[in-house]
Amino acid sequence: MGRGLVGNPVEAAPRRAVQQEDRRQPVSPLSQAEVLRLADVTIAYDRHPVVHHIGGAFAQGSLTALVGPNGAGKSTLLKAVAGLLPVTAGEIRFTIDRRAIAYLPQVVDVDRSFPLRVIDVVDFGHWRKIGALRRLSREERASSVAAIASVGLAGLEHQPIGKLSVGQFQRVLFARLMVQEAALILLDEPFNAIDQKTTADLMDVVRGWRAQGRTVIAALHDLEQVKRDFPDALLMARELVAWGPARQTLSDDNLARARALAASWSDPAAAICAR
Amino acid sequence: MPLYDFIVQPFLEFGFMRRALVACLALSVSAGPIGVFLVLRRMSLMGDAMSHAILPGAAIGFLVAGLSLWAMSLGGLIVALFVALAAGAMSRVTPLKEDAALAGFFLISLAMGVLLVSLKGSSVDLLHILFGTLLAVSNSALLLIAAASTITVIALALIYRTLILECFDPGFLRAVGGKGGLAHAIFLALVVLNMVAAMQALGTLMAIGLMMLPATAARLWTISIGRMIGLAILIAMLSSLAGLIISYHANLPSGPAVILSAGFFYLLSLAAGSNGGLLRRYIRRPHLEH
Repeated sequence: MGRGLVGNPVEAAPRRAVQQEDRRQPVSPLSQAEVLRLADVTIAYDRHPVVHHIGGAFAQGSLTALVGPNGAGKSTLLKAVAGLLPVTAGEIRFTIDRRAIAYLPQVVDVDRSFPLRVIDVVDFGHWRKIGALRRLSREERASSVAAIASVGLAGLEHQPIGKLSVGQFQRVLFARLMVQEAALILLDEPFNAIDQKTTADLMDVVRGWRAQGRTVIAALHDLEQVKRDFPDALLMARELVAWGPARQTLSDDNLARARALAASWSDPAAAICAR
Repeated sequence: MPLYDFIVQPFLEFGFMRRALVACLALSVSAGPIGVFLVLRRMSLMGDAMSHAILPGAAIGFLVAGLSLWAMSLGGLIVALFVALAAGAMSRVTPLKEDAALAGFFLISLAMGVLLVSLKGSSVDLLHILFGTLLAVSNSALLLIAAASTITVIALALIYRTLILECFDPGFLRAVGGKGGLAHAIFLALVVLNMVAAMQALGTLMAIGLMMLPATAARLWTISIGRMIGLAILIAMLSSLAGLIISYHANLPSGPAVILSAGFFYLLSLAAGSNGGLLRRYIRRPHLEH
C-alpha cells in the first residue's frame, strides 16, 4: 500500500512544509488551522477585474466547492492560488509550502496520442521528489501502483493512454494528483463531461483526501452535487457573494444576487474602482 | 562466399567506404533519437526548415574560407541557431505560430544561401553543400560527426524525462517547476548540431532524411518511446549499410542511396507496421469474445 494513501499528509508533503507545520503540532485532520488566506484579492485582465476584492480563509482539511455563474472568475482564482497568475491587488498568503499545491486545470492540454502508459503518466506525479534525473524508488513506484488501484484502474497500469476513455483518463489524472501528496489540491471543473460512475468514484477519492487532512478546493457548476457532497461552498460572481456551509451559501437569495451581479458585467463604461 | 564478397569486400578494399560507413553509423546513433523526438513533438517539418537555415551560414563560411569544413560548419551552426531562436521569439511576441514564423525565416535563408554560394562558387559547390560527398569524408569531418553524436547522446539522456513531459503535458511540467523551455532550447541546439555535423557527409538536405525516415518508421511498430529510439537507430544503421553497398555495386550516388534505403524501411513500415500500418487497417480479423 502506498504511503500517500494512508499516511498523514503533513508528513507526506515536501520537507519545508513539514518544518512550517511543526509549530502547530499535533495537527489533527479537523484542525481549524488555515492553509491559505485570501487578503482582499483582486485579479484583473487588462485592468478589468475578474476576481474582485475577495477575502477569507480556507481551513486545513476543508473541502470547499467554488461556485458561480460563467465568467465569475472561478478558474482565475484557482490559477492564482496555483501560482500561475499574478494577483493585481491584495495578497494570497499560505501557511504551507507553495510547492505542496497540486492543480488540475479544466482543460488539460495533453497529447492523448502520446506513446505513454498509464503508469508512466502517474509516475510523473513524483516529479517534485525525483526531478529530471533521479531514479524512481521502489516505494514511489509502489505508491503509483496503489494510486492507480484506488482510482479503479487496477490492472491497466501498462495500458497505453491512447486507448483510454475520457473518464478513464480523468481517473489517471486523479491518480497522478494522488502521488503528488499535496497538502492543498485545486480542481477546476474535474467532473465536466465525465460519466456518473466515474464522478461518484472520483468523489470518493476526494473524500479520502479530506479524511487524510488534505485541503481541497474544487470549481464546480452542478449545484445539486455541491449541496450533496461538499461541506463548504464559496459563491462568487467576481466579488464574493457568500462563503460558508454549502446549503446556506447556495440559498435562493444568494444565487439570485450572484445572477444579478453577472447581469451587470456587460456594462462597457466601467469606472475606476474606488475600493 | 558471394554474400560475404557482396557485403564485406567493398569495405575491406576501400578506405573511403569504411569512412563513409563509420560516419553514417555514428550519425545513426544520434539522428535516431533526435528524429523520434521531432516526430513526437510534431515538429517533423521543423527539422526540414532547420536544414535550409544552415545554408546561408555555410555559404558565408564558404565565401570567407572556401570549402573549409570548420568555417562552413561554424557558419551553419550560428545562422541555424539564430533562425531557431528568432522563430521561437517571434511566435511569442507576434500572432504567428512557431511553424509559420520558422517557414518565413527558412525561405529567406534558403534563397540567401543559394545567392551567396553563387557569388563565388559554381553549382557543383552548391550541390556539395546540399547533398554532401559521402565518399570523400575527411578526418576532421569524421571527428566532427563523432563529437556531435557523443554530445547528442549525453545531452539527450540528461533532458530525456523533461523533454517527454514537455511534449506530453507542458502545463503540468510548469506547475511542478520543471525547466521545459530550457530542455526545448537544448533540443533545438542538438537538432542543428546534428545537421551541421552531417553536412559534409550527407549534405543538409539529405541529413534530415536519416533523422526523420527511421524515426517515422519506428513509430509505426511500437508505442514505447525507448523501443522507438532503439528501432530508429537500428533502421538508420541498416539503411546506411544497405545504401552504401547498393551505391557501390550499382555505381549510384551514395547519399541518396542511403536515404532511399531508409525510405524503403519507411514505406515497408507504412504497409506492415504493427502499430497503425495499412495492412492492419484493411485486413479484417475476427473479433474476440470480449
